[in-house]
Amino acid sequence: MNWMKKTGVVLKKIPKLFWTMFKIGLFTFGGGYAMIALLENELVSRKKWLKHGEFMDMVAIAESTPGPVAVNAATYVGYQMAGVLGALLSTIAVCIPSFAIIFAISLFFNTFLEISVIAAAFQGIRVGVVFLILTAGLKLFKKLPKTVFNFIVLFTTLACMLFFGLFAIDFTSVFYILISAALGVCVYLIGLLHKRRRERK
Amino acid sequence: MIYLQLFLTFLKIGVVSFGGGYGMIAMIRESVLANGWMAEEELMNFIAVAESTPGPIAVNMATFIGSVQGGVGGALIATIGVVLPSFIIILVLAALFKNLLKYEGVRAGLDGVRPAIVGLILATALAMLLSVLFGVSVAEDRLSFDGNVALILAVLATAALFVPMFGKKQGRFLNERKQKLSVSPIAIILISGLMGVLLY
Repeated sequence: MNWMKKTGVVLKKIPKLFWTMFKIGLFTFGGGYAMIALLENELVSRKKWLKHGEFMDMVAIAESTPGPVAVNAATYVGYQMAGVLGALLSTIAVCIPSFAIIFAISLFFNTFLEISVIAAAFQGIRVGVVFLILTAGLKLFKKLPKTVFNFIVLFTTLACMLFFGLFAIDFTSVFYILISAALGVCVYLIGLLHKRRRERK
Repeated sequence: MIYLQLFLTFLKIGVVSFGGGYGMIAMIRESVLANGWMAEEELMNFIAVAESTPGPIAVNMATFIGSVQGGVGGALIATIGVVLPSFIIILVLAALFKNLLKYEGVRAGLDGVRPAIVGLILATALAMLLSVLFGVSVAEDRLSFDGNVALILAVLATAALFVPMFGKKQGRFLNERKQKLSVSPIAIILISGLMGVLLY
């Protein structure tokens, strides 16, 4: 009867898990990184569902796989706590607040923009958005290890994307990502080969 | 079939969006402009809304674009599309391949993607800058300089440059060292909105 007891324990956790993820979805402004702080506070410090080391592993996985960090973290924690069902419910819970809020906004957004003061504000805000994206890019650039490989990939991507955009050439950015991943693996394999050859000598 | 198109577009975005929300903006901009779903200006309005409401930017953008293109169903389908790939990938990693990320070959691939993401984000920012500052989105467009835009950019850059000099705040994690004070995205949106009202 051990498994029944176990299932019971897991099922008890689910409402708590759902509510925690819902709160996290509701209170994370400004993207994934703000959310990591909130998650740590909820899961490690207060609820003690995860140890600090486990939490850092989770952050590493959430950051290095595709998808929003918040969603990745919710899926991972949900699975650790209560299996596939936990993962599914945590993911849904973390998305519900944004979905509801944005859906409500989308219904009246265009009418809202017809007010002339608002339209003027948004003309300014668009500049702010460009500024935000630019500074986000520069911040990531600062954090990037300054290797020859990184510089070549970065500036080739940058130049190609700007050029193709300006001349309306159809080339999806998915390719940049696939090509650079393949290049990364190639460079690694070549390095490995070199090392082996040297060791043999 | 708008639903299928929304689903596939956001599924694709979900699969390749490394590096958080801003990496995704590059991808979303491209898909949205290519499908003719909205103009550059509308997209920037949406990014501002997605930034100043809670939740991951990617989910917000998917819900918004889905809703405008196909109502409740569209919003739901686009959101599921953008979340599904990460859900499956994380589940597979957590359940089966806990050590996958520790293989050096896999790390090398992921590390290779990083500079490309930074390139994509910077290219998107520069393309948007050309569009708002000079009114150029394709090479044939005539150059026209918008002084108000330059003024707003100058004010924001000054704020971003000088605010860190006024002190430090506690880091996110307890063991992290204190970080320099910085201007939050919401503050940037508020400042630029206010200047928009004054200037236009």
